[in-house]
Amino acid sequence: MNKKRIYPQWFLIVPLVLYILFFLTPSILGVFYSFTDWNARSLGETNFVGLQNYIEIFTSNKNYTSGIFNTLKFTVVSNIVKLIPALFIAIMLQEGLKGKNVYRTILYLPSILPFLIIGLTFKSIFNYNTGLLNSFLDALHLGFLKQKWLSDLGMVWKSIFGVDAWRGIGYVMTIFLAGLNTIPKSYYEAAEIDGANFWQRVRHITLPMLSGAIMINLVFGLTYGLKVFDIVYVLTNGGPGHATEVITTYAYQFYSTGQYGMSTALNSILLVITAVIGVVVVKVMSRQEVQQ
Amino acid sequence: MRRKIQAVLKQIICIAMSIVVIAPFYMVFINSFKTKTEAARMSLSLPTEWLFSNYLEVIEKGRLVQGFVNSLTYALVATTVGVVSCAMGAFVMCRKRTKLNNFLYYFVLCGLFFPVNYVTLVKVLNVAGLANTKLGIIVAFTSAMIPFCIFTIRNFITSLPVELDEAAVIDGAGPVTMFFKIIVPMLKPTLVTCFILQFMGIWSDFLTPLYLSNKSSMFPMTIAVYQFFGKNKSYWNYIFADIMLTCLPVVIVYLLGQRYIVGGMTSGAVKE
Repeated sequence: MNKKRIYPQWFLIVPLVLYILFFLTPSILGVFYSFTDWNARSLGETNFVGLQNYIEIFTSNKNYTSGIFNTLKFTVVSNIVKLIPALFIAIMLQEGLKGKNVYRTILYLPSILPFLIIGLTFKSIFNYNTGLLNSFLDALHLGFLKQKWLSDLGMVWKSIFGVDAWRGIGYVMTIFLAGLNTIPKSYYEAAEIDGANFWQRVRHITLPMLSGAIMINLVFGLTYGLKVFDIVYVLTNGGPGHATEVITTYAYQFYSTGQYGMSTALNSILLVITAVIGVVVVKVMSRQEVQQ
Repeated sequence: MRRKIQAVLKQIICIAMSIVVIAPFYMVFINSFKTKTEAARMSLSLPTEWLFSNYLEVIEKGRLVQGFVNSLTYALVATTVGVVSCAMGAFVMCRKRTKLNNFLYYFVLCGLFFPVNYVTLVKVLNVAGLANTKLGIIVAFTSAMIPFCIFTIRNFITSLPVELDEAAVIDGAGPVTMFFKIIVPMLKPTLVTCFILQFMGIWSDFLTPLYLSNKSSMFPMTIAVYQFFGKNKSYWNYIFADIMLTCLPVVIVYLLGQRYIVGGMTSGAVKE
């Protein structure tokens, strides 16, 4: 059969051209411009400045490095806070619970909503005087637990992680549930007969059999965490002070003040971090494909 | 006996979690009908008087009609173009596994991880004459969804028998007719999944229009809501009504297409 005739190569043109022109080109150009002083004032005139933008980011007293550190911190912590509870909720639902589908629908619901909406809603819930959370604590006579959720330096990251978990746990859980569905019940029955307890069953059956789902969750979670913007921007806008600034919020600030070179430098740092993770994952996936 | 207690405990945990998820929705819903002073208290009690007019006010003051039309245009056009063109591309990449096509597949896949560089994207759009146009935003959205769609659709095509394509061609169909008449109907589940997920993603997106739209006639709903919030920080009744109206379309799409969302999103996890 003539493959050229059934599978014409021009089918690829539209997605490839769009991808290269409007996704890849900006990324590559971004790396190029990160070595220039490109800004809003120098109309058309950009000069090559070598590593100056990067030196500024890593050595200036404005603490841009804390933005990089915060992005990494968000990526690690937000994933731990979501993955572990989501796994146990999924296991609990899987073990034949009445109303399983209703709970799944409800728990998944927040993850479809715009971050902006979630951010605004939680801004009101975290309000110190009238917000739902503090009123609830008051009603339970737990007033001593009340917090300035978004303006206290020790609290603000915990609040962000909390909101992120509220939104994301259902999503992670759904992927775990799909993975759990593929594990034959007989494995558990056999283990139970052998006298394995809950933890042993999780360790020796569930976790190894779930490797695909764990992988997917990790990939989605890592790339999501590194690119985080909306939730921080809407909840705290980087505050109090610059305590919750991340790479993308700094990059947006530089953009809106016209320092395009600095903005692209920050973006390029993010690009390098994600590229390292991406290359590893694609390598693993292409190896699996060969094995199939 | 022990199992019964366990089952009851689990139900209690699940109900508690559901309440934690639903309480904010309920709070927003109930307060969107209150007066300004009553809504500022943000309590869960019913409004003393149901002010449905809040919604009319916010639609007018918040330029929501414009925002709604823009969001719908961006999401519909970008998603349709993206999903159809990716289906064609993924089909050829999957069926004709030349060295070049395999390379192109992994080349596109890298985009799953990369962040979009919006600053230089604005520059590229400028050169293409698309800066500050609705078409520019649509192009940006379509380009950004290509890696995900190619990945998902190609995964699905590997499970379809090759014989069907060949039989169709022997019957005298050209590649385009064959693709749309025979392949597309079989791809329906994965195409619907991609469509719904990307549609909801664009509807919720905040960052892309933040960089790419600088006049209010281009704002999608999310930006319109954020602007409205900036100007009316103490009118929580209006803000809550605004939130309800922005959520409604995605919640409806979610409840209608739930089957496809969960199925498609998790296909990778189950494939092993």
